[in-house]
Amino acid sequence: MDKPLKYRIPFLLLLLVLVVCFVFNISLGSVSIPFKDTLNAVFYGNVQNEPWAYIIWNYRIPKAFTALLVGSGLALSGLLMQTLFRNPLAGPFVLGISSGASLGAALLIMGSSLFSGVLAFGFVTNITLAIASSLGSFLVLLAVMTVASKVKDTMALLIIGLMFGSITAAVVSVLSYFTNAEKLQQYVYWSFGSLGNLSWSQLSLLTGIILIGTLLGIASIKTLNALLLGENYARSLGVDLKKSRYIIIIAMGLLAGGVTAFAGPIAFIGLAVPHLTRQIFNTTDHKILVPAVLVYGAIIMLLCDTVAQLPNSASVLPINAITSILGAPVVIWLLVRKQKMVF
Amino acid sequence: MIAKNIDFSLSSGELAAIVGINGIGKSTLLRTLGKVQPKLSGEIIINGKPLNSYGPRELAAQISVVLTEPIASKNMTVLELISLGRQPYTNWIGTLSDADQSKIKESVQLMALGDLQHKKCHELSDGQLQRVMIARALAQDTAIILLDEPTTHLDLYHKVQILKLLKKIVRQTNKTILFTSHEIEMAIQLCDKILILDNGENPFERPTELIAQKRFEKLFPADTIEFDAATASFRISKGQ
Repeated sequence: MDKPLKYRIPFLLLLLVLVVCFVFNISLGSVSIPFKDTLNAVFYGNVQNEPWAYIIWNYRIPKAFTALLVGSGLALSGLLMQTLFRNPLAGPFVLGISSGASLGAALLIMGSSLFSGVLAFGFVTNITLAIASSLGSFLVLLAVMTVASKVKDTMALLIIGLMFGSITAAVVSVLSYFTNAEKLQQYVYWSFGSLGNLSWSQLSLLTGIILIGTLLGIASIKTLNALLLGENYARSLGVDLKKSRYIIIIAMGLLAGGVTAFAGPIAFIGLAVPHLTRQIFNTTDHKILVPAVLVYGAIIMLLCDTVAQLPNSASVLPINAITSILGAPVVIWLLVRKQKMVF
Repeated sequence: MIAKNIDFSLSSGELAAIVGINGIGKSTLLRTLGKVQPKLSGEIIINGKPLNSYGPRELAAQISVVLTEPIASKNMTVLELISLGRQPYTNWIGTLSDADQSKIKESVQLMALGDLQHKKCHELSDGQLQRVMIARALAQDTAIILLDEPTTHLDLYHKVQILKLLKKIVRQTNKTILFTSHEIEMAIQLCDKILILDNGENPFERPTELIAQKRFEKLFPADTIEFDAATASFRISKGQ
C-alpha cells in the first residue's frame, strides 16, 4: 500500500497489451481486411473499401467493445465475490446471478411453447432475450438478498446462492425436457454465449450498467481491504457491514447480471482472472487489484474472442467453450498448487 | 453455567485480564464489550456514552480488537496489515497521510517488527503474527484495546513476551487494555486488575487483593487443583 510506483510499470504494460489486443481483435475476422486498413478505419475513419468500413464499424468494433466490457465486468464481479465471500472459488455463477439469467432466457425461449396462451411471450429477439435474462438475474439476486438480510454469515449466503442456482438449473432442465427441438437448440445457442450480436444502442446500455457496477466496486475498495481481515475485524475498523455488503452485492449483480443478459452465460472469466491478476501483481490491495482485473479481464476476453472467431474462416466457435477451455486448466492448476495459492 | 451480574469499570492506563473456566463467558463478555457481537443484557458505557449510541466509525476510533479468529487473507505483508488499522481515519479510498504513516511506524517499533515488516503474514510464526495483530490494533490508536486470548497456542517464552509487551503499551501510551486469558499466574504478576468470572460475585480487583480475599481458591474444584497463595500459583491437588 505504500509503494504505488512498484505497480505502475506492470500496469502501464497491461494497458499497452490491452490496446494491442483491441486492435488485433478488430483486424482479424472471417473477412480478411489488411491490418493497415484496419488501423486507418479505427484511428482516422477513412477506408476506401466501403464494405470493409461497414464490417469494422458495425460489426467488429462493437464486438471488441462488448468483449472489453464483458471481460472487465465479469472479472471485477469475480474479484468482489472472492473477497466478500473470502472464498477463492467464488465467481459470478456462485450467487445464482448467471443461473437467474439462464432461467430468464429459458423461460422466454422454451416457456412460450409450454405455457402458450397462459403466458403470451413475444417472439424471441436479442432485446427481449436481454430483458428476460436481466429480469431473471435480478429476481434471483433479489431473492438471495432477501435471504441475506436474515442471514448474518456470509458463508451461509454463499451456499444459499448455490442453492438458488440449483433450483433455477432444475427449472431449466424441466423446461428443456418438455420443449421442442427447435426451441431447445435456440436456448443452447444462447447458452454458448455471444459477443457479436450487440448494436451500438445495446452496447451503450451495457456500458452504462458496467460503469455503475464498476463505480460501486471502486467505492468499495476500502471496505474490500478491511474484509481481508474478516468480517468482525472489518466491523471493528468502522465498516458498516450491512450497508457495504449490499453495495458490493448490487455491484456484483449489475456486473455479472448485465454481462450475462447481453452476452449469455460466459464461464470462468470471473473465477480465473482475479487469480491470474494476483499472480502478476502479488498483492491483496484492492486499490491495485480493482483496476488490474478490469484491464486483465478485458485482455483475456479479447484474446478468447480472437481465438473464437477463427480468423479468415466463416465459422465462429462458441465463446463460452473457449473461455472454459482456457479457464478450466487454470482452476485445476490453482487447486493442485493450493498450498501456495495467492489469496 | 455462564457468569451473570458482571459489573466492573476500567480507567485509562490499566492492564486488566478476564479469567475463568472454559465456557464461563470470557470471550462472550470481551466480544460484547467490543460490539463484535450484540449484547445479551445490561449496559456498557464508554467515556460516559452508551456503547450502542456509537456509530461504526466513531466506535472504531475508541476500541480496537484482537480476536481469536484467523484473518481471512494471509497474503498481506506485515506493513499492509498494520496499515489497515488506520482505516477509521483515512479517506474514502484509504490513502495514508503522513500522520498515518508515522503512527504505523510507531506501532512497528513498539512491537519490534522492523525486521518483519515486508514479510507476508503466512511466513510468520504464531507468536510473530500475534505481535502483528497487536501492532495493527495499536495503529488504530484507540483508548481501549480488547484482546481475546492473545497468548493461546504460544510457548511459555512467547506468552510472556506478548503479555510484557501489553504491559509496556499500557505504561507508554496510557491506553486501557483488557484481555481474556488462561494464564492466571502470569496475569497475577503483570496485570493491574483482574476480573474473575466465577459465577458468583465475579470480583474485579488488584491481584494482591484477590489473593488476600482467597478468590483464586474457588476458581477450580479443590480436589483437582489448589491455589498456593504464598507463591501465587496453582498446584495439582495431592491425594486420591
